[in-house]
Amino acid sequence: MRILINGNHIDIPEQVETVEQLSAHLQIANPHMIVEHNGDILTKSAHSTAKLADGDKVEMVQFVGGG
Amino acid sequence: MLEINGQTFNSRLLLGTGKYANLDIQNEAVEVSGSEILTFAVRRMDIHNPNDQNFLEALNLEKVSLLPNTSGAKTAKDAVRIAKLARASGICDMIKVEIIGCTKTLLPDPMETLKATEELVKEGFTVLPYTSDDVVLARRLEEAGAHAVMPGASPIGSGQGILNPTNLFHIIDQANVPIIVDAGIGSPADAALAMELGADAVLLNTAVSSAVDPVKMAKAMKLAIEAGRLGYEAGRIPRRTATASSPTENISI
Repeated sequence: MRILINGNHIDIPEQVETVEQLSAHLQIANPHMIVEHNGDILTKSAHSTAKLADGDKVEMVQFVGGG
Repeated sequence: MLEINGQTFNSRLLLGTGKYANLDIQNEAVEVSGSEILTFAVRRMDIHNPNDQNFLEALNLEKVSLLPNTSGAKTAKDAVRIAKLARASGICDMIKVEIIGCTKTLLPDPMETLKATEELVKEGFTVLPYTSDDVVLARRLEEAGAHAVMPGASPIGSGQGILNPTNLFHIIDQANVPIIVDAGIGSPADAALAMELGADAVLLNTAVSSAVDPVKMAKAMKLAIEAGRLGYEAGRIPRRTATASSPTENISI
């Protein structure tokens, strides 16, 4: 399936079904990553239950240095 | 002690985490500054390089409170969304409202800042809006429930110091919440002046991160803020004409 991640269309294998699995697929280790799925900001515990579907929009953000 | 929404802090220096040459220098500067509140921004991850070293990794999160900003927001709606993203991390509930209304001067949009402050207070955040040094706007932000108000000394990153000490004085004089002078501080003298005017704290970033020796400047800022605060509490003498310091009688001439 094709998902819009941070503004880029990315092809994801069909076995990646949840946001948690997507993080693992992308090999993201940052424990403070925050995910917005189709406009809903997810708590950490919701990553494993948020189901992905073709055409979904995902934002993955983190904290960076700033003033 | 600095108190923001019931939380107390020994340090009156809030330090930004942007623009350090590397994380080692940043972490040493943070340590030396004694700062207990650090600001940072929320940005998209590079999903092709998701595990580049992140500035949070080397920090002791037990020792510092995190104050994310809403930089990048142009509207109250953007700012509220960024604040909610930051809170979803589960490691902070303070938010610095930063809504730039002028790309040339980086000055904040007062209307959107007020709107975002109202909304975020309702949402249960500890809200610290960055604002221009307008006396009435500072009061409106306090009335909207801001837990501290953060007027700029001069434009962000400009290092111009305090351009309008009179306005800052009146903002501080009328406030019932902490006033944190944020942005534009260039030197320890600027930070000390802010504190001598009665500010509760100073927030700065570039003055330290872009100094020739950021770690030494972090220490200088810490000392300047402590000195300025002590001077404020001690009460300076009024400006007047000359008065002799030595006795004027029994001069042996």
